[in-house]
Amino acid sequence: MHTAVLTKGVPDFREGQVSFDEDGHLERGKTPTVMNPNDKHALRAALQTKIRNGGDVSLMSMGPPGYGDVLREGMETVYADDLYLVSDRELAASDTWATAITLATALEEIGDVDLLFAGFKTADGETGHTGPQTCWCLDWPIITHVIALDVDEDEGTVRAKRLVEGDIEEVETVEAPLPACIIADPEFAPSYRQASHRLAHKDLRAETAERAQDHEAHMTTWDHEALNLDPDYIGLDGSPTIVSSVDPIPKAPAEREATMVDPEDSEGMNDVLEAMAPFAAGEAGDSRAAGD
Amino acid sequence: MSTRNGQGGGEEYEHYEAVVVGCGPGGAAAAATLARNGVETLVLERGAEAGSKNVSGGVIYAEKSAPYTIDDLFPDFRAEATERPITHNYIHNIAGEKVKTFDLTEIHENDTEWADAVLRRRMDSWLETRVHELTRETGGGVLTGVRASGLLRDDGEIIGVTTDELEPITADLVVGADGVNSELAREAGLMDWEEPDEWFQGVKAVISMPEGAIEDRFDIAEDEGETHLFSGDLYEGVRGGGFLYTNAETLSIGNVFHLDSIVEERAEVSELLDTLLTHPLLAQWIAGDEYEELEYSAKLVPDSKKVAHPSPTEDRLVLVGDAAGQMQAQGPLIKGMNHAVTAGALVGEAFAVARSRGDRSQAGERYVQSLYDEGVMEKIRPALYDRSRSVTEDRRAASFADRLVGSSVGRAGLDAMMRAGIVERLYNSPRMMQVLPDTATPYATLPTAIAKRHGEPIAEENTVSPPSLEERIGELTYDTDIGNPHIVVEDESWEASGAAVTACPVSAKDFGGGCYREEVVKSNGHEERVVSFDSQPCVECGTCAIVADTHWEHPRGGKGVEFEQG
Repeated sequence: MHTAVLTKGVPDFREGQVSFDEDGHLERGKTPTVMNPNDKHALRAALQTKIRNGGDVSLMSMGPPGYGDVLREGMETVYADDLYLVSDRELAASDTWATAITLATALEEIGDVDLLFAGFKTADGETGHTGPQTCWCLDWPIITHVIALDVDEDEGTVRAKRLVEGDIEEVETVEAPLPACIIADPEFAPSYRQASHRLAHKDLRAETAERAQDHEAHMTTWDHEALNLDPDYIGLDGSPTIVSSVDPIPKAPAEREATMVDPEDSEGMNDVLEAMAPFAAGEAGDSRAAGD
Repeated sequence: MSTRNGQGGGEEYEHYEAVVVGCGPGGAAAAATLARNGVETLVLERGAEAGSKNVSGGVIYAEKSAPYTIDDLFPDFRAEATERPITHNYIHNIAGEKVKTFDLTEIHENDTEWADAVLRRRMDSWLETRVHELTRETGGGVLTGVRASGLLRDDGEIIGVTTDELEPITADLVVGADGVNSELAREAGLMDWEEPDEWFQGVKAVISMPEGAIEDRFDIAEDEGETHLFSGDLYEGVRGGGFLYTNAETLSIGNVFHLDSIVEERAEVSELLDTLLTHPLLAQWIAGDEYEELEYSAKLVPDSKKVAHPSPTEDRLVLVGDAAGQMQAQGPLIKGMNHAVTAGALVGEAFAVARSRGDRSQAGERYVQSLYDEGVMEKIRPALYDRSRSVTEDRRAASFADRLVGSSVGRAGLDAMMRAGIVERLYNSPRMMQVLPDTATPYATLPTAIAKRHGEPIAEENTVSPPSLEERIGELTYDTDIGNPHIVVEDESWEASGAAVTACPVSAKDFGGGCYREEVVKSNGHEERVVSFDSQPCVECGTCAIVADTHWEHPRGGKGVEFEQG
């Protein structure tokens, strides 16, 4: 089994890490880059496949040279065997379409990939397009919103449980021939119910901790020439998407009123108690209002 | 690993030649011996790391007469996993503030190659790494965070284990090294949790010491260490004693009492620990202004004289260490880990021989035979004790002995024996210690009489103010399995389960933050005294499995309390 995982570096949107300017625009220079949080589910799914079915995992990203750190982080998480970074000025400002063409070409250059994993949308673009579009370029079957999977190498198939319409209440099981593409849902839960799986997991953890120390030795970097990509189909020139303008999200108007009452103010507190009394007695018709 | 058809429902189970449950010293010794004999060995440890569930006094011994010692099996053990060599041993007989001290180094050195103080988190986690390296080469390995929940049977015969975390596993040999509260031993019907008089309960605090303070205050070098035992009237009639062991940079201070005595006296065991910690005798070693308790812990200790199983095997299951009751506690002699190590290695050897002769089912029988042939059983369950017990523990004989010690005749005899040095010599006699009865006489009456008549008053003032039980619980680390309590109280009446309110080391009367609390329920015009229960503060010692009416299991793998010292 040869699996590949797509990952992307995104601004670290966590409180305390992210910086916005006065107009509410993201300050990329002041915000650190981290692995897209949703990609971890794809990494877990790939790791489960490696542990249960063996084989190598290739981890791929497209972006500036600094994404090497993102790949190292991924190597530690998924215990990847080799890393691929597609990095070139010509690729700057690619939309999802141009990115998909680039990634698909790079995956074909690796060759022999049986299973491709991608996460469920990135934290910056939020499109959720790149994984499926890459798969479309490869002309492979795709299974999205996957929460569990099992590969049958003898049959050459992957069987997956997926959320229908992203709803946790509704799960269907589907099967696809290999090679195939899996989009892991944030609900994906790896399962290691065999001692041998857990022992293999432990072995990989030890091996990879060592390998990640020296991740650059396992990293291949390609530019558009190495992949023989036509500049008209990549980067800004190859991107049909037009971003006309970006507006800050306005604050939602408050629909409820709040009155501040000082607990020392006995009259005010009496009013509060009176107003609450019908809810306490269960007389208020709208139960949601009680929770407000 | 291979899979094979279970003979039962045709299900395919994962199979290993040997599955060892528990990675303490007994399990580690068994696994290392099996692995060195080329046996594919899987070790299942319920702690997040080996040692995180384990508590002992603790001093580990290497006996000259033992066929296997821990450093035979793990050559760097003393350099890497222990705290400090023990070179001096004392017992302090206490009456009020008067103390008479005897040197016990002679009996401790009897049959002792070496003895080291240990803290179990450090020791067992070191063992885990070595055991994983050894067993991984056989195709097995150590898995932590996996709790063996029961025995897998086929047609009634034990063929493997079930766990909370994995599919069932079959094995040709199942080693139950799962400690004093072994669920495997109980499921197999080899051990029970019925009689408090078959158990001791140990409670311990690990105390940090300023740099160099241990060497200064005990007047020892860095490669020397001491054990101190305490007996007499300081525990107000609760049968048992205290201990203090020097670690590398900490002290282990605690008490071990007969569980039946804790129940009878309704003793608050955390308060009895405070009694020892605040006794003037300890002022020479610990001081109030620097006192810092790193960890409070507790465990049950099997009284091997009574419960060491004479034949700890059933089908493919064998028990080693505490799980089999293999804990030698005879007066000042407290030895458990060394016997677990010997037993574990003997299991490994027995299976290897049975396998080479083509009949793996002979392993259990061979193991039991070697426990007798190698003298392990005689040490932990001496025939002499069984023979003398009917006389020395007879109620009338015990009361006569107590009155004799207190009488003028007894006092004169004691005086004469003290002058001739006979009492100290008796304390140092292994044979004497084998027949020591479980009555008040050796624990309280005699030590008190010795101290009263021959002791020196202690002038120093102890300024230690130990933390409250609430603070002690607050310092412990828990990963609570919310909504899935591992203990269920089956009878909440005071008669059935009230003893746990005081005997549980993390509960006390008038303390609302413990496991067991007293409650009065008023209904239909009458009051009923019951216990209420919360498993959150549980330290998994097993006391309430015996003194209360409970359904008791260990928490799932990685859940529950996590000891950092142990």
